[in-house]
Amino acid sequence: MKRSGDIVERRNSRALAMTVLTTVLAAGSLSACSGGGGGGEGDAGSDTVRVTLANHVWTDAIVEAIPEFEEETGLTVEVTQLGEDQLSAQYNVQLNAGTDEIDVMMYRPLQEGKLFAQNGYLADLTERVGSNADWQWDDFQEGPVDSTTFEDQVVGVPTITEREVLYYRKDLLEKAGLEVPKTLEELEAAAKQIKEQNPDIAGFVARTGKSPAVTQFSSFLYGFGGEFIDDEGNSAVDSPEAKEAYAYYGRMINQYGPANVSTDMSWPEAMAIFTQGGAAFYTEADSLYQNATDPANSQVAETVGFAPMPAGPAGSRPYNVPSWGLGINEASGNQDNAWKFIEWATSKDMVMQIQQEGVPGPRNSVWQDPAGTETYPEDLAAAIEVSAENGVGADRPLVINVGEAREIVGDPIVVGITDGDVDAAADAAHEAFQQFLDDERE
Amino acid sequence: MAVAALPPKRVPQKQTAWKSYSDWANEHRKWLFAAPAMIFVAVLIAFPLGWTLYLSLTDASGSVRAKSEFIGLENYADVLTDTERFWPAVLRTFVFTAVALTVQLVLGMAIALLLWRPFKGEKWVRVAILLPLVATPVAVGMMWRLIFDPNIGFANQLLGFVGIGPQPWLSGQYSALPTVIFIDIWQWTPMVVIILLAGLTSLSDEPDEAARIDGASAWQRFRFVTVPLLMPTIIVAILLRSIDALKTFDLLYATKGRGGGSFHEVETLNVYAYGLSFDYNDYGVSSTVLIIFFLIIVAVMFLLTRRRKDVQK
Repeated sequence: MKRSGDIVERRNSRALAMTVLTTVLAAGSLSACSGGGGGGEGDAGSDTVRVTLANHVWTDAIVEAIPEFEEETGLTVEVTQLGEDQLSAQYNVQLNAGTDEIDVMMYRPLQEGKLFAQNGYLADLTERVGSNADWQWDDFQEGPVDSTTFEDQVVGVPTITEREVLYYRKDLLEKAGLEVPKTLEELEAAAKQIKEQNPDIAGFVARTGKSPAVTQFSSFLYGFGGEFIDDEGNSAVDSPEAKEAYAYYGRMINQYGPANVSTDMSWPEAMAIFTQGGAAFYTEADSLYQNATDPANSQVAETVGFAPMPAGPAGSRPYNVPSWGLGINEASGNQDNAWKFIEWATSKDMVMQIQQEGVPGPRNSVWQDPAGTETYPEDLAAAIEVSAENGVGADRPLVINVGEAREIVGDPIVVGITDGDVDAAADAAHEAFQQFLDDERE
Repeated sequence: MAVAALPPKRVPQKQTAWKSYSDWANEHRKWLFAAPAMIFVAVLIAFPLGWTLYLSLTDASGSVRAKSEFIGLENYADVLTDTERFWPAVLRTFVFTAVALTVQLVLGMAIALLLWRPFKGEKWVRVAILLPLVATPVAVGMMWRLIFDPNIGFANQLLGFVGIGPQPWLSGQYSALPTVIFIDIWQWTPMVVIILLAGLTSLSDEPDEAARIDGASAWQRFRFVTVPLLMPTIIVAILLRSIDALKTFDLLYATKGRGGGSFHEVETLNVYAYGLSFDYNDYGVSSTVLIIFFLIIVAVMFLLTRRRKDVQK
């Protein structure tokens, strides 16, 4: 009979083992699912500030200087650095989930600013920016400050500003006996002449991708007297001025651009063509100039020149915008220390230091100080000065869903580049854009 | 009396509950052991799927935490009548899958037949053929992007040597889709080779020999002996590759970027849905596209597995 007791015992222990195993496995899989949310380091006043930054020359300079900040404040900075697209995707996922794992976020005020502010992702900094007189909020340029302000609340601090300028090849112009073009008309004539003289070299290159091209096209649009959205908030991309601008931009690339031009180019691809000596003229943001002047990356470092955006019928009207800013995640429990980081990263000294390293900053005092532009090529500094005066404060439609808007208003650009019917494309874009604006207003 | 002499019952009264549980557990042990996996599946598959289904019935946009309204099947009506982006994306998804799959099967079969019989240097050839398979799709995309660059790429230089003018490859409005299909074929044919080779090795030689004795030609033996015997394996290869090809995203995104290029020339359903949620923040519509896409994949899978069962019978 002892055996039967053994069986009961064994059965019991087997049931126990099963139960334990089941519970452990189930609990394990469940906790693995929720693992990402916990963290626990985001508690108020943690000594660790978690900063998410985009890949940029600015970021490289900041990351290099972070040990100084850590020493000064006793805080630890954890940096996550991502490419532009990955950064956007990351924000989309994390902020949507209400993460408190990000304290400071580098973002694009014109691209995502409205969306983020409307979603409540960005903390209100109005009080903080006014609290430190030495840091001087009123030293920041007006345009950039406008675009980091949402419904009268300051939600970000601009860090990088940029304007569109004309990059050109001094040697090719000299060979052709041409002056630096001052108007769009002269630019077209010069591009045509150089392309004819040098069959292997494009007269002109610029971004061609539907969405990436929109920002660089904007200065052409303004130069012709057009705009994306009129004063009443309606689509204006079918105006005669806008159609002329679309046709001009498309024609410049279609007729005088590189052979076999791709319609997917953003700045890295277009810049590569220019810096490999493949084009005479290139319109692009000034903040990228080091790509062309650095002999390590550029075969035209010795011969590149810079000029203000050539004037259209409405004058030279380049955009002058803040391309990046810093904000604080509303859900962060470490906002005080996050602000300390922002205050340091945008202090007069840091802005001066980084601007000298080649990234145009947002502070008036730095631009007024001769030291602020002493490291820049002379012609570039002059072009920036002109552009800052007559610049327009937006390089894309200022709406909430900028991504979709860019694709709509960018369509006629691509149609122009591929020699399609620009007028019809502009009309179609107008209709779609008006619909988009109406939907967004609802 | 023998009964009375037994020791008192070992399990006291309070343990009867445990005992009955123990019996129950013993009886249902297959469920109990399967429970962790089932919970895992429920949490990791059913929940996201249910959530996506829910989102597809709302007008969620901007942020999924923002207030959204329940709008029933409105998104489905919008998506299914969208001839500008949705249906072209469906068409591209199927063209991509069908062409890539067909070529991969034909090529894969040919290569598998070549590798079937042992030969000298077989190991090295097999390794070389498998190389594309182990590369990550994004890296592959970047590599081919350089090769196919219209101005400085190797592909056009090569064409130049034989006197053919430069082609636009990935950057052309009409050549982009065939080019990405080519890259997919390059990368995934080895997988078909592996599967078919495994199937071929397990075939017995007798039917083939019998056919040979009966005077069947090489083609006849392949067509009427090898292929029918290999059919279950071929269907597995089709099943795995078609689901994979339908879902391709990394390669397309790495070569053409968001929206599948300026003309949406390689925009498949996956790329479209990604753009809707990550570029447009239109989570409702994006979820709708994904649910429809999911149903398409389930349907394809269902048809193929049924066909496979028919063959096995």
